[in-house]
Amino acid sequence: MKDTSVVSSPVLRCKDLRLGYDGKEIVHGLDFEVHEGDYLCIVGENGSGKSTLVKTIVGLLSPLSGEISFCGGLSSKDIGYLPQQTLAQRDFPASVREIVLSGAQGKCGHRPFYGKAEKKLAEDCMKRLGIADIASKCYRELSGGQQQRTLLARALCATGKLLVLDEPVSGLDPTAMASMYELIDGLNKNDKITVIMISHDIPASMKYATHVLHVGPKPFFGTREEYEHSEQRHAFCCHEGGAH
Amino acid sequence: MFATLAQYLSYPFIRYAFITAVLISLCSALLGVTLVLKRFSFIGDGLSHVAFGAMAVAAVAGITQKMVIVMPVTVACAVLLLRAGNKAKIKGDAAVATVSVGALAVGYLLMSVFSPSANIATDVCAALFGSTSILTLSAAEVWTCVITSLAVVAVFVLFYNKIFAVTFDESFAKASGTSAEFYNLAIAVIIAVVITLAMNLVGSLLISALVVFPALCAMRVFKSFRSVTVCAAVVSVSCTVVGLVISILASTPVGSTIVAVDIVVFAAFWLVGALTKRA
Repeated sequence: MKDTSVVSSPVLRCKDLRLGYDGKEIVHGLDFEVHEGDYLCIVGENGSGKSTLVKTIVGLLSPLSGEISFCGGLSSKDIGYLPQQTLAQRDFPASVREIVLSGAQGKCGHRPFYGKAEKKLAEDCMKRLGIADIASKCYRELSGGQQQRTLLARALCATGKLLVLDEPVSGLDPTAMASMYELIDGLNKNDKITVIMISHDIPASMKYATHVLHVGPKPFFGTREEYEHSEQRHAFCCHEGGAH
Repeated sequence: MFATLAQYLSYPFIRYAFITAVLISLCSALLGVTLVLKRFSFIGDGLSHVAFGAMAVAAVAGITQKMVIVMPVTVACAVLLLRAGNKAKIKGDAAVATVSVGALAVGYLLMSVFSPSANIATDVCAALFGSTSILTLSAAEVWTCVITSLAVVAVFVLFYNKIFAVTFDESFAKASGTSAEFYNLAIAVIIAVVITLAMNLVGSLLISALVVFPALCAMRVFKSFRSVTVCAAVVSVSCTVVGLVISILASTPVGSTIVAVDIVVFAAFWLVGALTKRA
């Protein structure tokens, strides 16, 4: 695993972010940069503001103060977002193909229907994630791992540059989890897609990430190696250990 | 039986009834799928009561073209309820209940106190259960129904992909640059329009059946959004036609006959769904 941040330009810059809902602060003092090809893991305790940060990055929420800027030819529309699954989706009657294709929505602009290019893109994304054979299956009948792959394929359809993943492995069994991690890692290493991922799984984050952002009262941002030796990592692990 | 039916069909008002009924049930089924999947069924139900209240006001004011009043009021309420529903989930739920019960009560009160006609019970019954309203439409009302429902179908087809995206995953749609607020608003407005139209067919208390049953039928058996939408439309239109024929031949109330057919068909789909799941 090589650290590419030295040579490449930043694609996302967050300066002194203060985040929260309805004017109520959840976290402050977030300062970090994401470079092309980075694999950033966002870690932190429940309720520390990880999801809020991701929602702010993809533009669903606005920061209370501070600045988020996309640079290096990236715009807020180039994000492939994988949100946490909602309850309504579990029994949604939609085929895998329909869902993946809906990722190309942003590329349609004001055109009402998908063109050949979008359909081809969707097929490619499904092949890339190994779900081409279940393209006409119903989403609600898939396993958790297949559902997450479908949503990842949709995110991939929306971007070739930056994936923002909100706990992509939550609720998966260990095998599905491992293959999901491998897929994401492949997209990052082989397809050079920048990844920002929320994770509860510290060991896995440490295995794949190039950078870590610890969200909490005392935020930390740095490379994986720096995080290994940080006080936040130490405190977090002790806390996690105590909780289990 | 066919001879009787053919004879009935020679009357223009029966033909008008069939045309409007088919279009109205088509619209309500198309929107019904989204409504059910978005967990907005209760908003549809609430709006139908609002439409009743507005109808009562129009009747009391002596306006013959009632839709002129009913449609804007229902649309406005749809927008307000959607806003409330988005701000806080629990309060939104209560807001729908408040508005719908309030509209129902005030509507009946107004009609009883100020109604110009002597037979209030019949008027109220017509507004709530449709009774024979569909058979007594004026040419102007038929045209309004036809044009509005064709517009609804056109908008639905044009926005089909966006509606799917927003229904399946609002967060993702927003993040990829689709204005979820706009499409939610559009959905709310169309629902209000459909409900106003459907009031002529089944009356305000039974509209939800027209919206919910076809969608639920289709969801039991079909597995993609497109097939569910198409199936819901087919189920809805066939149930309405069968219901209308039965009600004409057997002189039963139109609205409740259609809903009864819907219930029977839903039971059949439920059974098919259960059997195919086991297989």
